[in-house]
Amino acid sequence: MTGAALEIVGLRKNFGGVPATQNVNIHVAHGERRLLIGPNGAGKTTLFNQIAGDIRPSAGSIRLFGREVSTMPPHRRAHLGLARTYQIITLFAGDTLERNVALALLGLMRSRWNMFRPIDAGAAMRAEILRILDLVGLAGQAGQRAGTLAYGEQRRLEIALALAQKPKLLLLDEPLAGLSAEERVSVGALIGAIPREVTVVMIEHDMDTALELADSITLLHHGQVIVDGTREEVLADPRTREVYLGH
Amino acid sequence: MKWIPTALVLAAAALLPLLGGDFYVNLASQILVAVLMAASLNLLVGYAGLTSLGQAAFLGVAAYTCAWTGVKLGVSPVVAAGLACLMTLAVSALFGAIALRASGLGFLMITLAMSQVVWGLAYRLVAISNGDNGISGIVRPSPLGLSLDSPGAFYWFTLLVVVLALWFIAILVRSSFGATLAGTRDQPQRMAALGHNVWLIRFAAFMISGFLAGIAGLLFVWYNKYIHPSALSMTASAEALLAVIAGGSGTLAGPVVGAAVVVLLKNYASAYVERWNMMLGFVFLLIVLFLPEGIVPGVKRLLGRGR
Repeated sequence: MTGAALEIVGLRKNFGGVPATQNVNIHVAHGERRLLIGPNGAGKTTLFNQIAGDIRPSAGSIRLFGREVSTMPPHRRAHLGLARTYQIITLFAGDTLERNVALALLGLMRSRWNMFRPIDAGAAMRAEILRILDLVGLAGQAGQRAGTLAYGEQRRLEIALALAQKPKLLLLDEPLAGLSAEERVSVGALIGAIPREVTVVMIEHDMDTALELADSITLLHHGQVIVDGTREEVLADPRTREVYLGH
Repeated sequence: MKWIPTALVLAAAALLPLLGGDFYVNLASQILVAVLMAASLNLLVGYAGLTSLGQAAFLGVAAYTCAWTGVKLGVSPVVAAGLACLMTLAVSALFGAIALRASGLGFLMITLAMSQVVWGLAYRLVAISNGDNGISGIVRPSPLGLSLDSPGAFYWFTLLVVVLALWFIAILVRSSFGATLAGTRDQPQRMAALGHNVWLIRFAAFMISGFLAGIAGLLFVWYNKYIHPSALSMTASAEALLAVIAGGSGTLAGPVVGAAVVVLLKNYASAYVERWNMMLGFVFLLIVLFLPEGIVPGVKRLLGRGR
């Protein structure tokens, strides 16, 4: 089907004999905001890892912007326009925020192979780094080491690295996890401000903030898609209450 | 870069043949070769986070190629050096392709195993290597018609080559490539998600590291005018690794200091103490206990605390 940013058909993944993903079919249109929910162990992050390429599926197909990618290594998927964040914060803790963003920018630049030019040399690169840090409100700490940031700030740097890639499809794995109420509002606003042409698939448990951002919802349980549809359809479905909302 | 200390050390190193006798000049040449070995290994251990126990294999491949083509096939020293570089690159590519299937302990064991294969071949491939007799009669090159036969001339030549190599490494680790290499050490999964080809970055670093060790091999075989399989034993690889760790891995000055300490201890301790290996071990025990991050970062830390 054309017009899909992400199309997953018949995806299956077994860890040993344990099925983590069972016959998953998901279609996400260009510019859509999809929320992925489900109880712990439902296979949400495993699904993300298969879309990003960190885990190879046992069977089925994953298409990014119409291209079959299920056997493509992760770095080539990034070059197609895919970016992701991690549920467990995965930053370059010993490096400055500036260097963190520089590594994200370099990922898609040819100059990443340059062995002679100092990495901090370019004024244009520096300006772009500060612009991205400013997007997440961290421009003032550009010279600080990422490991010394407060937890909420690290969450925002996670998102900054993915935004630096100027993705066409962004996978956010629990971007609000562990944040205070005020931080959830500010990070929620940050996600809401992502341009509409970027397709976003988000795993999130904080329904209050996440629902506002979502056009559509997919509910996973035991590695299977239980309910899939617009926000209103999924929330109204009795199976959603039974499996997830629990009341 | 700390220009003043670097310039002072360079000036002292350049003046050494005018001040010291042949014994000290030759000792300094040995130190320089060990410095280049350690610095090449440090690219893998310190910057790529890949601990190798097989670096002497590249020194050996270059040294034996140079000795075999020079002495047995009779090509000129410059052609022999060129062939040695090509051979080292080919072997680095092969070893890198195999060893980089793993990382961590697996990588260490594979590099150890492959270097032991090269060591075994040096003993057994008698037609090329003369086995346990080694190859002697290697002729030093005479760049631009200048003879390198005197200890002083050879030392200056070695100093020039090693300084150029260290300068290249200093530029490399500050470059975009150097930053991505350190990134693959710290967060390989994230680097891949950001679009970096982690395997290819590591492979490039492995090739550069092997090539620089090959240059050290050329200097080694020209210095000794002789090559024996013991030069590529596991002990030789372990000494290079010891120099990196003792000096401070992931720093530019660390391998320089570490290699100097290892060579000096070996030479002086063996002159006075029969069980000098034990003394070597004792010194490194002290380093690990009091300066676990290595001499260079450790001394920096102690000085910083004093202020």
